Amino acid sequence: MIEVKGVSFTYPTGVEALKGVSLEIRDGEFIAIMGSNGAGKTTLVKHFNGLLKPASGEVFVGGVSTRNVSIASLARKVGFVFQNPDHQLFCETVEEEIAYALKNFGFEEEIVKNRVTWALNLLGLTQYRQTSPFMLSGGERKRLALASVLAWDPKVVVLDEPTIGQDYEQKEKLRQFIVQLNAQGKTVIVVTHDVEFVADCGPRIVLMAEGKIVADGDAKEILTNKELAFKASIVPPQITQIFLGLADFGLPMDVINVHEAGRILFNFLKEEVKP
Amino acid sequence: MAIIEAKNLTYTYPGGTQPAIKGVSLTIEKGDFVILTGPSGCGKTTLCRCFNGLIPHFYAGRLEGELKVAKLNVTESPIYEMACHVGLVFQNPENQLFALSVEKDVAFGLENLGMPRDEIRKRVDWALQMTDIEELRERAPHELSGGQQQRVAIACVLAMQPEVMVLDEPTSFLDPLGAQKIFEVISELNRQLGITVILVEHRLDLASKHANHVVIMDERTIVLDDKPREVFDSESARLIGVGIPKATKLWQMLRQNGIRLDRAPVNSEEAIQLLRGVLKRDRG
Repeated sequence: MIEVKGVSFTYPTGVEALKGVSLEIRDGEFIAIMGSNGAGKTTLVKHFNGLLKPASGEVFVGGVSTRNVSIASLARKVGFVFQNPDHQLFCETVEEEIAYALKNFGFEEEIVKNRVTWALNLLGLTQYRQTSPFMLSGGERKRLALASVLAWDPKVVVLDEPTIGQDYEQKEKLRQFIVQLNAQGKTVIVVTHDVEFVADCGPRIVLMAEGKIVADGDAKEILTNKELAFKASIVPPQITQIFLGLADFGLPMDVINVHEAGRILFNFLKEEVKP
Repeated sequence: MAIIEAKNLTYTYPGGTQPAIKGVSLTIEKGDFVILTGPSGCGKTTLCRCFNGLIPHFYAGRLEGELKVAKLNVTESPIYEMACHVGLVFQNPENQLFALSVEKDVAFGLENLGMPRDEIRKRVDWALQMTDIEELRERAPHELSGGQQQRVAIACVLAMQPEVMVLDEPTSFLDPLGAQKIFEVISELNRQLGITVILVEHRLDLASKHANHVVIMDERTIVLDDKPREVFDSESARLIGVGIPKATKLWQMLRQNGIRLDRAPVNSEEAIQLLRGVLKRDRG
């Protein structure tokens, strides 16, 4: 469990990124943290693995304050996949990249080998085993960054903007993958702007604006609230926009998913055309 | 009038074992707003690099076929000449920005063209204003957030006022409202100044309402090239796995169930209009 209690944080440049944030994340939850550029989303999640320590307030991971433990030991529990994979990748080959953290954590050679193979396979990177990470496409580098974190099997996985540079199929795969990780009991925290992706996933949403949490609830409730969306610089999903535009026909206004939308419209129109 | 004409373009990077694009033929009319999309690794970025001559002049390698952009033959025209006609916004803004202040970065291209000081001032002010980053003028680009950097990169290219703007996923780091705003700015430039726009984008829900031409690539070549409605509703778009707008998808689902609307909507406004028509008709 991650507990954030009244956390404020100011960068050395004087930018006040978090202003008294409190949040509770239970084990096995799937959370999307959304909000405008500069709202403090990345700053908040960097507190989860101790990369940043609160200026005031307290962050507890598994009951222990992050002030009292090293980043190394927190990282074992909370895996962090950066927004820009180029900030994370540095080894000569894809294989070495994934093995790096495993070796640092002191896993035995045999286990390292198995885990690397497992992670390569999981993210569809096996063909690039001996390739330099910097020869990969943007989307592939993102998957490599994810593979190298999943390899050490952290309990909590934080993904900062995982859908950037991913095409439709990869996004769909990523979605299934995240849902699967979550179903296996991992806590998944996604920082994202991708409204359509979130509408397809349907997680709990924590909405941030100007260093504060402005809303916290399920995807349907948050994404269909136009005022909240505007406050946090997000645009309601296309399906929601369509249903908001049809509200006067007595259709529901809290639809975010295209399949649900298709069913509702079909049933409605079917009823209507009956003699 | 065609501003870009590619005939049977095939290109292999130095040391590459197979072409990154092959047999690409494409005509883009002056004033078009083109969305270029397709699965990762299909050759979109490579094609964009051809438009301003980075390929073959910077990347070397082997370029076959013919490519004319703004009446210039790309293989024979140096990059500095191409750059006056074609602006490219890179996928990763960090690869594009280097100066110590935003203002200097935006002015850099203009200074290199030897433009008069007053004109540079005017253009820089205008570009910063259009991209809504006037308050970042004195900041160092490398200290900015990803979204802010993307705006700076767009401003740098805008300032050059090129005939063709090629933007490779220019809003990937921006929040949806920010992205929408940038698309509106680009659309405005397209309509008012007649700048031809080529936008590489996966997020079609946000971008497609501005486009009049959609090109889809797959496996290193162009597989679909038509008006948005025709492309999004085609069987091949579905098979390639392009993330067509949800409005079009909804229409397809209704059609499968025997509910027909006049035409495929490509954005929420059109979908609302079409659905309102059906709902009213059925009530009456």
